[in-house]
Amino acid sequence: MSTLITDNNFSDADAFYAALADVHRDRSDTESAAINARLILLLANQVGDQQILEQALAIAGQVHIEE
Amino acid sequence: MPSTYTNPDYPYRRSPDQDATEPTHHRVIIVGGGPAGLAAAMDLALHGIDSVVLDDNNTVSVGSRAICIAKRTLEICDRYGCARPMIDKGVIWKHGRVYFGEEQIYEFDLLPEQHHKIPAFINLQQYYFEEYMVDRCLEMPQIDLRWLHKVAEVDSSADRTDIVVDTQDGPYRLSCDYLLVADGANSPIRDSLGLESKGQIFEDRFLIADIVMQADFPAERRFWFDAPFHPNQSTLLHKQADNVWRIDFQLGWDADPEEEKKIENIRPRVEAMLGVEQQWELEWASVYTFRCRKMDSYIHQRVIFMGDAAHQVSPFGARGANGALQGVENLCWKLAAILQGRAPASLLSTYDSERQHGARENILHSTRATDFMTPKNAVTRLFRDTVLDLARDYPFARSLVNSGRLSTPCTYDDTPLSTADQADFSERMRPGSSCLDAPIAGPGGQPEWLLERLGNRFTLLLYGESTANAQEQLNNALVGLAREGHNTDVLTVLPQGQQAENDNEVIDREGVLAQRYDLQQGSAYLIRPDQHVCARWRTLDPDAVVQAVHRALGHKMAEEQAA
Repeated sequence: MSTLITDNNFSDADAFYAALADVHRDRSDTESAAINARLILLLANQVGDQQILEQALAIAGQVHIEE
Repeated sequence: MPSTYTNPDYPYRRSPDQDATEPTHHRVIIVGGGPAGLAAAMDLALHGIDSVVLDDNNTVSVGSRAICIAKRTLEICDRYGCARPMIDKGVIWKHGRVYFGEEQIYEFDLLPEQHHKIPAFINLQQYYFEEYMVDRCLEMPQIDLRWLHKVAEVDSSADRTDIVVDTQDGPYRLSCDYLLVADGANSPIRDSLGLESKGQIFEDRFLIADIVMQADFPAERRFWFDAPFHPNQSTLLHKQADNVWRIDFQLGWDADPEEEKKIENIRPRVEAMLGVEQQWELEWASVYTFRCRKMDSYIHQRVIFMGDAAHQVSPFGARGANGALQGVENLCWKLAAILQGRAPASLLSTYDSERQHGARENILHSTRATDFMTPKNAVTRLFRDTVLDLARDYPFARSLVNSGRLSTPCTYDDTPLSTADQADFSERMRPGSSCLDAPIAGPGGQPEWLLERLGNRFTLLLYGESTANAQEQLNNALVGLAREGHNTDVLTVLPQGQQAENDNEVIDREGVLAQRYDLQQGSAYLIRPDQHVCARWRTLDPDAVVQAVHRALGHKMAEEQAA
């Protein structure tokens, strides 16, 4: 079974983070939410493997925010 | 005032130059007796170049200011002969912890690799760092250190610089071939020449509280995002010498610097962090803002800018003074080669290009750390907090956590002074890299370190015995180079188990050197006077060595520009 990589797999983590902040710079909340949705879909397609995507979704779903 | 340190009081001395009828001419005058200026004087002295250092004050740094001294800086200071007291006095650390809210989310080790002479980092108050440099300068007869001599006017022209110096005995005039300017971030000389350092101001304020306390916390860097005792902002704790602890509280842009510096306002912040039972005394406090900026060119005619005057970064990552020394070591061997007629004047342009690259890298890292620590909007705050949350359990997220990427030497990729690799080598020590240290042993078997054998001149490092014929060919080539004034040392490295026969042979006593430099029998590296690699080969061709030395001294560049 394929396994989600949770060790560092970035070729340049800082550059990615800076680019991520840049794409959101001067955007409204609605625009930012749309950008995030588009980004997730693009990256999910790149990953492709359903088993891996489900493992990522399971971790992502573990949020506990007190409303 | 600090209770653990008394600033030295360096005396004003009248110079014979003040009684001269005509302005005295010096080859090099250095303005500023801070880390960059003092380092430049020592570096030039090692190349046999005399210099005059002018400082408008009579002591070292007032207040601890820069405290994190990186490995590369100490290696440079070791070449100058002043690293030992720094390491002995400083607090050696390599371990860091990062907290988010109540919890530690991870810890890190800066130098998990063994077999280095110099530790990854030490924390040492800037006044000690400068004092030990001054002590070393005073031992060097090439250095004429003048306290309370303040540069009042600079008149720069294409081939010389004239200055007026103010003293308590009145003004006097000097001239020089090169004026090296290290008069700090607000450089009055830069302003007076109508030059600018351009960049970004960050809208945030930080409080530094240096406190004296007896505490059994280990010597680690501890960083809190959103600490329970200082909510929504970051806090940094570092140990320095003399039981002085640096606490750095992020305050936000709206904080009032004068109010925040008052002990009655500092006390509750420290008590919230350390508890009311902890005994401590305030040593020094400062509220700072910061900017990341640099000059478009560090060279203006015969005036050369160094340190904060040339480039300035935020303190996160300790890239200010550490970056300054990397700039100085880059500049001084080039300037010496030009002054001694061994290199064309255009070699100096590579101080600018190589260190613009260094400053861009430092500013980039420093800006990214700042952006991570202080999210600019709701979505970047969400990403920041999510990264911190995931970092507890998932190692990948730790690589995104940025509380400052600590200073490492930059690699001069694409410099015209390097000869491109023709053979297959690992990336690590590629041309442009600063040399990594490794344990070696001399002819008597005594333990030494590689970096002690490199620097101040070109060194050709050879791996393994070569044939008598090859040695003769190489010797002929080196004699030719020496005749042109380019003395090049040869250091032969032999694998473990072999015997070093003379002073130019050493043993790779742990086998680490061959590994770090990806050496095989016959491999060779050419190393610059600033301990940076400029060429490497799998098999030695003496002609190629001669070409590479010429290239590293800027002769090829000059020919190509002429053509």
